[in-house]
Amino acid sequence: MVVLNAVLHFVAAIGRLVLGACAATGRVAVFAALGLSHIVRPPFYGRAFLRALVEIGFFSLPVVALTAVFTGMVLALQSSIGLSRFSADSAIASLVVLSITRELGPVLAGLMVAGRVGAAMAAEIGTMRVTDQIDALTTLSTNPMKYLVAPRLLAGVVALPMLVVVADILGVMGGFIIAVAKLGFNPITYLADTMRFMEAGDVISGLVKAAVFGFVITLMGCYQGYNSRGGAQGVGAATTSAVVTASVLILALDYVLTEMFFTK
Amino acid sequence: MTETPKIRLRGVTKRFGDKLVLDGIDLDVMPRTSMVVIGGSGSGKSVLIKCILGLIEPDSGSIEIDGQDVLRLPPHEREAVRAGIGMLFQNGALFDSISVADNVAFGLLAQKKATRAEARRRADEVLAQVGLAASVGDLSPAELSGGMQKRVALARAIAAAPDILFFDEPTTGLDPIMGAVIDGLIVEQVKRMGSTAIAITHDMASAKRIGDRAAMIHKGRIVWEGPADRLMDSGSAMVDQFTHGRRDGPIQMELRK
Repeated sequence: MVVLNAVLHFVAAIGRLVLGACAATGRVAVFAALGLSHIVRPPFYGRAFLRALVEIGFFSLPVVALTAVFTGMVLALQSSIGLSRFSADSAIASLVVLSITRELGPVLAGLMVAGRVGAAMAAEIGTMRVTDQIDALTTLSTNPMKYLVAPRLLAGVVALPMLVVVADILGVMGGFIIAVAKLGFNPITYLADTMRFMEAGDVISGLVKAAVFGFVITLMGCYQGYNSRGGAQGVGAATTSAVVTASVLILALDYVLTEMFFTK
Repeated sequence: MTETPKIRLRGVTKRFGDKLVLDGIDLDVMPRTSMVVIGGSGSGKSVLIKCILGLIEPDSGSIEIDGQDVLRLPPHEREAVRAGIGMLFQNGALFDSISVADNVAFGLLAQKKATRAEARRRADEVLAQVGLAASVGDLSPAELSGGMQKRVALARAIAAAPDILFFDEPTTGLDPIMGAVIDGLIVEQVKRMGSTAIAITHDMASAKRIGDRAAMIHKGRIVWEGPADRLMDSGSAMVDQFTHGRRDGPIQMELRK
């Protein structure tokens, strides 16, 4: 009897976890659908969109650029060590450009922006929630979903691909610098190899991933902030949750999108 | 023929989980009068105001504004009713990402009642009415003292000349003199615009200054209602205990041991 009870408690605990996860997923999905519906329904808040675009796109440029340059440099260095064992050094250019455009550009830019922007967004909206500013918006005839959430979601979808274009260029440039300055490659040959192996599909798939990641980062930042409770501690918890959930979702969705784009 | 109440609540009930916060509230507020609602912390005062504003949906009951049950109105009509209500939040709730003038003009622009230039002019005008110079409009809310923030919040609440004004603890966190100044401004603005007002407060001096009538809420129910100048000698043991700040009486504080 005791064993049966223990098993039932265990199953019930798992059941509660699964139900909780389903409910949370449902709440996020409803929030996302509502946010998306406000993107296409007037009134539109152009200033709020531009402010979010500058915050996400422009102010994330330095961190994304540095990450991309160093990643390209490390990639060239590591691949030269590995490929030289098989006398395949000439493949460095293709390896760098494919890795950067298909995977590392969007994923690393996404993770960097999730840490920087997702956290700031959750903290800002969370503080607005606990200081009644969101209720104040409603009393001033302004829908908070339309004013706070929709412009940020749209800005995330627009800004991330632009950041990834920069990350792609700088990542390839990082690889080029190491290949030419340290590994003794001919610059013209290296660039020619890069251009020869790079296909439009590689870049486009990376940009699509970036748009999806941009949506996920801003969605989690807005959702966690909007639903934060309990003062400073609640805002802190919302900030942490926004970064963690966005980062995990970026990695999981990267796999799903890679399967969709590149698996026949 | 009797006048229709501006705000009429009947049987308004709200429960959060197991906790019954509002337990069948009945309350009438006549046009152009100021009703002060007093009550202890957690008695349901803020929830009551948020229910009338539509920020919280009551579980049951009716809330009529100008004879219309707002709980049964479609969203766009409810939005129009809400546009006629100004609210001063307890901590001001000023938007810290925009300037003071933009805060004050926010409602006018959102309701498309003014162009940007007109809204700025109106913001300067309303700031002057609450005793602030137009130059304050260019500052950020974080650069202002608590008293100035309350004035700005009051300016924002009255900028669109609403029919109804709500004040949530208007003097909390202010020194007695600044509290009296804010109360004076509230009375002046309510009278000038001919608005109907509901203020919730713990501050007895503030309640007597602001209110024409007063009601006390305890455990989610209205336990007394009468003229505000009778607050100190209401004849109700509960109100007497509360207004005189007595430890002993019918209201027992729920303390965890």
